[in-house]
Amino acid sequence: MTIRTIRPNRGQHYRPRMHCLQKIEAHMVEMQDPKSGLKGAEQKLNVTTIPHVITGQDIIAWLLNKMKVTQEEAEAYGTMLVAYGYIYPLQNHRKLVMCNDGSLYRFQTPYFWPTQKWVAEDCDYAIYLAKRNIRKKGVLEPFEQEHYTHLHTWLNHKWDFIVMQATEQYKAGKERKKPDRVVLDCQERAYWIVNRPPRRTHSALDYGTDRLIDPTVEEKISFDQHRRMNIFYQQAIMRSKVKSSVSLGALVKFVNTYKNHDPFLAPCLPSNPWVTDNDTYWTLNIRRVDQCTKMRVERWSFSFFELLSDQRGRDDFKSFLKKEFSGENLAFWEAAEELKWGSAAAIATKAAVIFKTFLAPGAPRWINIDGRTMGLTVKGLDHPHRYVLDGAQTHVFLLMKKDTFFRYLKSPVYKEMQKRALNPELHNFSEAQLEQNARNRSLGVHPITVWEQEEEERAKAAIASAPVDVKAMMSKIDRK
Amino acid sequence: AAAQSRPSALQSGESLATLKNESDSLKKKLEEERAKLHDVELNQVAEKVELVSALSIRTRRVLKGHGNKVLCMDWCKDKRRLVSSSQDGKVIVWDGYTLNKEHAVTMPCTWVMACAYAPSGCAVACGGLDNKCSVYPLSLDKNENLAAKKKSVAMHTNYLSGCSFTNSDMQLLTSSGDGTCALWDVESGQLLQSFHGHTADVLSLNLAPSETGNTFVSGGCDKKANVWDMLPCASVSCRLYDLRADREVAVYQKDSIIFGASSVDFSLSGRLLFAGYNDYTINVWDVLKGNRISVLFGHENRVSCVKVSPDGTSFASASWDTSLRIWA
Repeated sequence: MTIRTIRPNRGQHYRPRMHCLQKIEAHMVEMQDPKSGLKGAEQKLNVTTIPHVITGQDIIAWLLNKMKVTQEEAEAYGTMLVAYGYIYPLQNHRKLVMCNDGSLYRFQTPYFWPTQKWVAEDCDYAIYLAKRNIRKKGVLEPFEQEHYTHLHTWLNHKWDFIVMQATEQYKAGKERKKPDRVVLDCQERAYWIVNRPPRRTHSALDYGTDRLIDPTVEEKISFDQHRRMNIFYQQAIMRSKVKSSVSLGALVKFVNTYKNHDPFLAPCLPSNPWVTDNDTYWTLNIRRVDQCTKMRVERWSFSFFELLSDQRGRDDFKSFLKKEFSGENLAFWEAAEELKWGSAAAIATKAAVIFKTFLAPGAPRWINIDGRTMGLTVKGLDHPHRYVLDGAQTHVFLLMKKDTFFRYLKSPVYKEMQKRALNPELHNFSEAQLEQNARNRSLGVHPITVWEQEEEERAKAAIASAPVDVKAMMSKIDRK
Repeated sequence: AAAQSRPSALQSGESLATLKNESDSLKKKLEEERAKLHDVELNQVAEKVELVSALSIRTRRVLKGHGNKVLCMDWCKDKRRLVSSSQDGKVIVWDGYTLNKEHAVTMPCTWVMACAYAPSGCAVACGGLDNKCSVYPLSLDKNENLAAKKKSVAMHTNYLSGCSFTNSDMQLLTSSGDGTCALWDVESGQLLQSFHGHTADVLSLNLAPSETGNTFVSGGCDKKANVWDMLPCASVSCRLYDLRADREVAVYQKDSIIFGASSVDFSLSGRLLFAGYNDYTINVWDVLKGNRISVLFGHENRVSCVKVSPDGTSFASASWDTSLRIWA
């Protein structure tokens, strides 16, 4: 056997924790238990007889019984066991799947099980391939040849050592009894197929990129980290919490409120575009529609946040506010959002415009907030930053949420919306129609086109709502 | 907690032992405070809730085109387009509904672990082993070379593990293997805020939809998920945390599930939890009752990313088998 060497700790090479290994190993031990496990039989392979051979269907039957899962799950787990190298196939040794039939498998010896600590080294693999080269007199499988050529190039400086080790192992192998040798060869070959799969195929042991921190080592906490943790704990203790019954009750209420709107739980009207290849559901719910669907209008009543999140809902709310001559609150809120989520360079300009339009004494769209908040906001605007309007914005939002929103829901505007709302019939496509739908999937409107249209609308709206300069308007009229 | 100041020296009377004792006693006090409010379990509250009837979720689309493992994906707000990134350095923009590939960008690095679609639908952001997050404006012209207009926005000192636009195209939130998360101004590339709190690689981040839009969660290798005001790495169980009651309320796991979950997302109502696992499957959990409703097969390698579409009509899964699947 090859000698394992401890991988040098070069800092940035930690494999993610593999929690699954312990559980799989427990199952493997049970599977081989003399009383409750699987009983292998002898199998004749070429000229030798191999002991402890089991069939795929026996393994899957055992898994079904032991883990109380469905057939599909047992087959999937069986394939994982082969993919990770705990069980290996005797026929079709390159295809690492568990077949639910009479295909033959053997348990891999624990020496070759995957572990967290050791990685299958390239050097070991080179020795193995060199040994096979000697045995098969230069005929390796194509994918092994590829690996061999690659290793020969980059391990060239060690090649004498590799050939020496390979020769030693080959000689030691010849001294074993033939059946033992065959079994050992099978095991070793299985190990390398799992750890060095043909190029461009997948290996279950692939884990992605290395981590920077060793997941198996206990974290050493410095005094500074303790200090920060203590501050965090103190803040956490003082943070207001609610009783579980309250917050979990709210969660259940939320889920209940939305359950008819969840396409996975209740049917989309008229149908789910992904299922029927008919996108009416999407075209009915775009922003610029005259009539909305019943579900959509209902959803606006769930919360103020829902109403605002749907652009169409927001538009409807705006038309209500216009009738009430109180559009400045929403306008201010939108302007504050623009400031918060916009580019850093524009903050100062936007802040100035917002001040002039909404906050300055005598401003054309002056918002009515309490003196203290107004004072703090105006002071903050001396050195504007993206969160400078947070206080005022929250105040205005809560005002709308607690008062205006409920008046909206009771208003003729909303009631009209509800009355005129569409309730599309559920689609009932035949097989032939579904096939036709699949052939004629609509392209819809590209989001970039929608965005450009919206920008035009925004520009128009900005001009329309800009504070009218009476003097300029007058002189314009004079000049006419 | 926003950016944190540099560590200072030990004060007089402090020692590692005293600080550790203080940590332990504070932790104990926090547990006591939490326990006082722990008056009911989730399954008790959910007792009267109706069971979810059998779901018939199937693969509706298979998106093939990547040459290697698909590491990340994100939906466009138009509910049908998506962007995906892969180990071979390619980022593809798809119309998931028609299966058309609309754009393909080749990044200068491999392992593009993060990608995100801008809220306007006019740009995508991506990054990975190049330690950066770059924004590519999209165009209606399919022949246009997107790489020409590429904009480098974020710079970390290690690999980029996650990225997300905030409420507009002009700000980008990133998480990195260097243990930090950061908020960037897209136009200028300026670092706006930086979040230190993980002691190991940060692997994922997710913004919480809320009235203020100010919170996000980050998950890391240090087994901690931090909630920041301005997803755990592959653990075998999925856990639900109640932020108002300040405790863990449910654990979604089964004895027969041996392999770790890499990515989760909620359905629109929050009743269903879709989780992608390393054993190539996707499990659908009942969030309130705690049981597993169904298991979905189809992928031929690890599921790396699972995301529900913006209107909840479907969810997409990205896998190391080089494909993406859309399920409904």
